[in-house]
Amino acid sequence: MTPLTRDGIAARLAQDIQDGWHVNFGIGMPELVANYLPEGREILLHSENGILGMGPYPDEKDIDWTLINAGKKPITMIKGASLFDHAWSFGIVRGGHLELCVLGGYQVAPNGDLANWARDADDPLPAIGGAMDLAAGAQRIYVMMTHNANNGAAKLLTSCTYPLTGAGIVKKVFTDLAVIEVTDDGFLVTDMIPGLSREELQARSDAPLAFSDTIADLTDRAA
Amino acid sequence: MLDRRCDSLAQAFEGIGDGARVMVAGFGEAGRPNMLIKALLDSGIKDIDLISNNAGDGETGLAALFYAGRVRKLTCSFPRGAMRELAMELVTSGRMELEVMPQGTLAERIRAGGCGIPAFYTPTSFGTLIAEGKETRHFNGRGHVLETAITAEIGLVKAHKADRYGNLTFENLARNFNPLVAAAATCTIVEADEIVELGDIDPNNVHSPGIFTNHLFTTRPVPEDSWQDWKETA
Repeated sequence: MTPLTRDGIAARLAQDIQDGWHVNFGIGMPELVANYLPEGREILLHSENGILGMGPYPDEKDIDWTLINAGKKPITMIKGASLFDHAWSFGIVRGGHLELCVLGGYQVAPNGDLANWARDADDPLPAIGGAMDLAAGAQRIYVMMTHNANNGAAKLLTSCTYPLTGAGIVKKVFTDLAVIEVTDDGFLVTDMIPGLSREELQARSDAPLAFSDTIADLTDRAA
Repeated sequence: MLDRRCDSLAQAFEGIGDGARVMVAGFGEAGRPNMLIKALLDSGIKDIDLISNNAGDGETGLAALFYAGRVRKLTCSFPRGAMRELAMELVTSGRMELEVMPQGTLAERIRAGGCGIPAFYTPTSFGTLIAEGKETRHFNGRGHVLETAITAEIGLVKAHKADRYGNLTFENLARNFNPLVAAAATCTIVEADEIVELGDIDPNNVHSPGIFTNHLFTTRPVPEDSWQDWKETA
């Protein structure tokens, strides 16, 4: 069995983004999803600092520092883009207008709780940025993360131990091993990488997993 | 005659004492009023109660205020960046107070401040550490957190075009917090890339109406090495 690369996770997640959706990709791993949006779907990308219709990263010679994303990286605008101030931008977020936001995750619980902004409640220098607003506001939150932490610790937990970003907001989790829906009854696995057994996946998760009647093969679409 | 244009950057901060609450617009370096930040540094004002989404990068611009030890309290959403170590040292040594909140909450608190709304309920942060100790209330079955408005004595704003009434436009994503800060500060000081004649800005395209602007300057580049000038008088 081969776990998916970060690009592999991004490419799988992109399949679940529908034509016509307005989407925000959180800073970090979720930004990769923009590279794998399926052809033929018009998907408008939002950035918290005030744009709908964000385009790809520019060539070095075309960088304009008034055109940056929430990660402060240079961007371009697509035809049909719109610009607005920070209050409007978070009005779009909080008002439930974005069909989807993809966030990275440290921990997810079966009740949809997400922890992704701090590993320590007593961090003297906490940094929140826009994650809590996105978590509270988007119509659905998909989380993209490795199934386990670098030290092997489970990230699908019975309850989050790190400070929460949002309570009860995650709808789906995309990892390097599986795709997991968050249902009223907890985690439901729908996709798994070939060669991985249900027992092995469960052993790498802290929270109990249920399995869909049919499990799709999770293959690397980015490769 | 209604003319917001000023010549003397030093005069812009006259009458502003130590401990003043200062709001600085911009996101990253986009729409960051660096000439005005340098003037604030040159004014010698200390114990600044600073409100800014970011804490700055490197040792120039906003970050210079921290290196010069001028900031008593920072209210922001993201205090990290290239000056993370300095911020950590200032906070852990007790020399600087830090208030961190979600970015949309910060934006809305500033917007509310400029619009005469003393407080509002937001779903953001409900059920998290940030909501602890705050009033909460359920609307339509969902938990919300009470947040209060933020205003300031001084607001620093970076515009693209301005006219002498103080009408402003912003360029691309340099708009960000600028129109919010313009409205929420008692004294809004603006630097603009270009000051144009009345009527040259299409009224349909004014992003911040002149009523919010108090002092208006044309942006001049800040020499990179002058950010260290404060060391000579420190």
